[in-house]
Amino acid sequence: MSRIRLLGAVSLLVSIGFPTALAAQEMISDTTARKQPLTTWGVQLEEFEYRYSDDDEELGVWDADSFYGTDELKLRWISKGEYSLEERAYESLENQLVGQVPISKFFDAKAGVRFDTPEGPDRTYAVLGVVGLAPQWFEIDANLYMSDEGDTSADLDAEYEWLLTNYWILYATLDATVAFSEDREIGVGKGLVSTETGLRLSYDLIDRTFSPYVGVVHERKYGDTADFAKAGGGGTEDWFAVIGARLAF
Amino acid sequence: MNTTLLAGIAALLLPVIGLAGEYSLTVDRVKIDTGDFVKTGIGYNGKSPGPVLRFREGEEVSINVTNNLDEMTSIHWHGLILPFDQDGVPGISFPGIRPGETFTYRFPIQQAGTYWFHSHSGFQEPDGAYGAIVIEPEGREPFRYDREYVVQLTDKHPHSGDRIMRNLKMIPDYYNRQQQTVGEFFSDVSENGLMNTVRDRIAWGDMRMMKADVEDLQGFTGLINGKGPEQNWTGLFEPGERIRLRFINSSAMTYFDIRIPGLDMTVVQADGNNVQPVNVDEFRIGVAETYDVIVRPRQARAYTIFAESMGRSGYARATLAPEEGLEADVPQLREPARLTMADMGGMPGMDHGSMAGMDHGSMDMSGTDGMSGMGDPSMKGMDHSGMAGMDHSNMQEMDHSGMAGMDHDSMEMPKGGASDPFYAKGSGLVPVAANGGKFLSYADLKAQNPLYEDREPTREIELRLTGNMERYIWSINGVKYEDADPIRLQYGERVRFKFVNETMMTHPMHLHGMWSILEVGAGQWNPIKHTVSVQPGTTVYMETEVDEPGQWAFHCHLSYHAAAGMFRKVIVEGGPESAQAKAKAGATTEEGGDA
Repeated sequence: MSRIRLLGAVSLLVSIGFPTALAAQEMISDTTARKQPLTTWGVQLEEFEYRYSDDDEELGVWDADSFYGTDELKLRWISKGEYSLEERAYESLENQLVGQVPISKFFDAKAGVRFDTPEGPDRTYAVLGVVGLAPQWFEIDANLYMSDEGDTSADLDAEYEWLLTNYWILYATLDATVAFSEDREIGVGKGLVSTETGLRLSYDLIDRTFSPYVGVVHERKYGDTADFAKAGGGGTEDWFAVIGARLAF
Repeated sequence: MNTTLLAGIAALLLPVIGLAGEYSLTVDRVKIDTGDFVKTGIGYNGKSPGPVLRFREGEEVSINVTNNLDEMTSIHWHGLILPFDQDGVPGISFPGIRPGETFTYRFPIQQAGTYWFHSHSGFQEPDGAYGAIVIEPEGREPFRYDREYVVQLTDKHPHSGDRIMRNLKMIPDYYNRQQQTVGEFFSDVSENGLMNTVRDRIAWGDMRMMKADVEDLQGFTGLINGKGPEQNWTGLFEPGERIRLRFINSSAMTYFDIRIPGLDMTVVQADGNNVQPVNVDEFRIGVAETYDVIVRPRQARAYTIFAESMGRSGYARATLAPEEGLEADVPQLREPARLTMADMGGMPGMDHGSMAGMDHGSMDMSGTDGMSGMGDPSMKGMDHSGMAGMDHSNMQEMDHSGMAGMDHDSMEMPKGGASDPFYAKGSGLVPVAANGGKFLSYADLKAQNPLYEDREPTREIELRLTGNMERYIWSINGVKYEDADPIRLQYGERVRFKFVNETMMTHPMHLHGMWSILEVGAGQWNPIKHTVSVQPGTTVYMETEVDEPGQWAFHCHLSYHAAAGMFRKVIVEGGPESAQAKAKAGATTEEGGDA
């Protein structure tokens, strides 16, 4: 069929002596990658560090975030852990798998599951959160959690960066956790649970791929959570000196 | 079957063609050495940039392109008027050239001037797949010269195009190393006062926009004809000769401000079309544009061709000299550009109404910075007392009546008092010649010979240039290419395109296949271009005589903006009988019979 049409077109062209045999080609529809949603991926470790506390406690800590997807839908794997070098055990270890969709110009909504598997009892949570850039350049990540035990909690992470130069950057971070019900087994009391504030001075050594830093981190437990910690023989407040690197690839 | 047929027809027709040239290009993996770094890239005939293709007007060319890559490729002949299926855009003109395949382009050369060619597949062009085209005219040119050089610029980056795109999607300011620092805050405080500076930072922080967002892609080495600044490409001359320099900006992302200290430049051609000569000291070349200039060095010494990026993050450099090995001083980069609130003119909610009568450009307020919260109600009570150092001599056109609420102290004026109607008034991007002389404006471009009779456009199509820097999404009318319907034009109409730039970046808009007649207010002498730069906060008009059937690409020529969605397909419906049949067939495949 198409061959007959081609022959017809060609004979027409020959008959008028017009030298564009290729004009017989039809207009095509665009099935190239350009017409498809742009799929991309990335891995960022905002924290990858060694912590040394005022109680001589030593921790290895990371906060990693990997994504794959398009502007409309991303799959994210967020992994955070604190490993005690002394006890050779995870003080905390959480992994989240969430789907993320844009809800406004600067914010995304995410939903998924979080698995906590540290030393001690495990928990699985349903996660609902928002992440994005607030006015005045605050990076915000706020989440609601409901555990398999039925307990609900929330956390808020905020980050702000000061560019001392375009390579020396001072990062301020605040993480706060609130519980709406008590989960005694994992040492969480109702109310404000804990905060972690950090100040890290980094230098972009290789693009934004490898940025070593030093800093200080302050961790504090509050209310019933602090009482549970004390009852268990633990501390409620720690100061850490940290050394590590931000990574992105 | 088809190919044999076509080859047979071509062989049959060959004797009929008077002037026919056959050319061959291979697409190869090549090594690119910028002097700063060495990387593998893509080139033509074993080199990047590829060869200069020299055609003659009236010639019927056939160009055999052999793909030696292990991926699809294509070549687009940028600015050439040709049948749409020879235009070389995969998915629009043709399917592309498969690995190992030789594709033969055939088209008549119907124009003269300086053009270029590049791959339209993936990021092969930023990876090195580009070259120059020089077309000798049939008749005499309205200017004389003794020798000529192609001066082809690019912004070669150590990262591959794919990696750059991914990094920009992950961290949109990944490559921006000109951001405002704590140090700049304090220097602004000492210049403009604490409150003005704080208000300025809050105004920008509230929008989550960066004044430093001028160049997405920094960290490149500017190349001229494939040579980095240290490798110093050199063009030889005899003192007193007229030299025609064919400037082509083949960058992925970078606008260049070009000057040759010690030499006047006479611009004689823009985008391949002759313009009425303009003498300038400096000009800005948008991505994908070409400018031909004539210079006449009279002294037997070296002259530096200095091409500084618009955001001042990098430069390209070459030399004109009477003999090899000579060099002249290489200027320092000027201060990085900073956007102003005027560049946000397209932003919803910005009110510039009260400034209508004010011509910022004619004011000389060198060195001021930080137009904090312009159009902001908090700016009651204009204070002229702090304007001591201001040159009032050329402020006649300035209308103070509408300026009741303005604090001049904190307003950013283009340094040197330049003005250009193609930039927002008070824009931080208004170019100023380094020597204080004449900087070329689009408003200076007037066609030497109009290609078309001047007539009223049959209709207007508004294209808002839109985007979201934080997501690195770029779009037209808020829609990315992946979600967009084609723009449908009727053969024979004259369409007026209205570009409204609502983003804070400059976009070089390129319509394939048909000329873009840029509205500069010169009526029938409006210049004829193929690429039109639209500055932030401005509205620019161009008109197109829809005289080529088929389907064409229409996009921002910044590689990563185009790939992020600032791209459209244009379908020209109707036309000569044979073309009409094609258009119908195309419409059928496109929309399942809704023709």
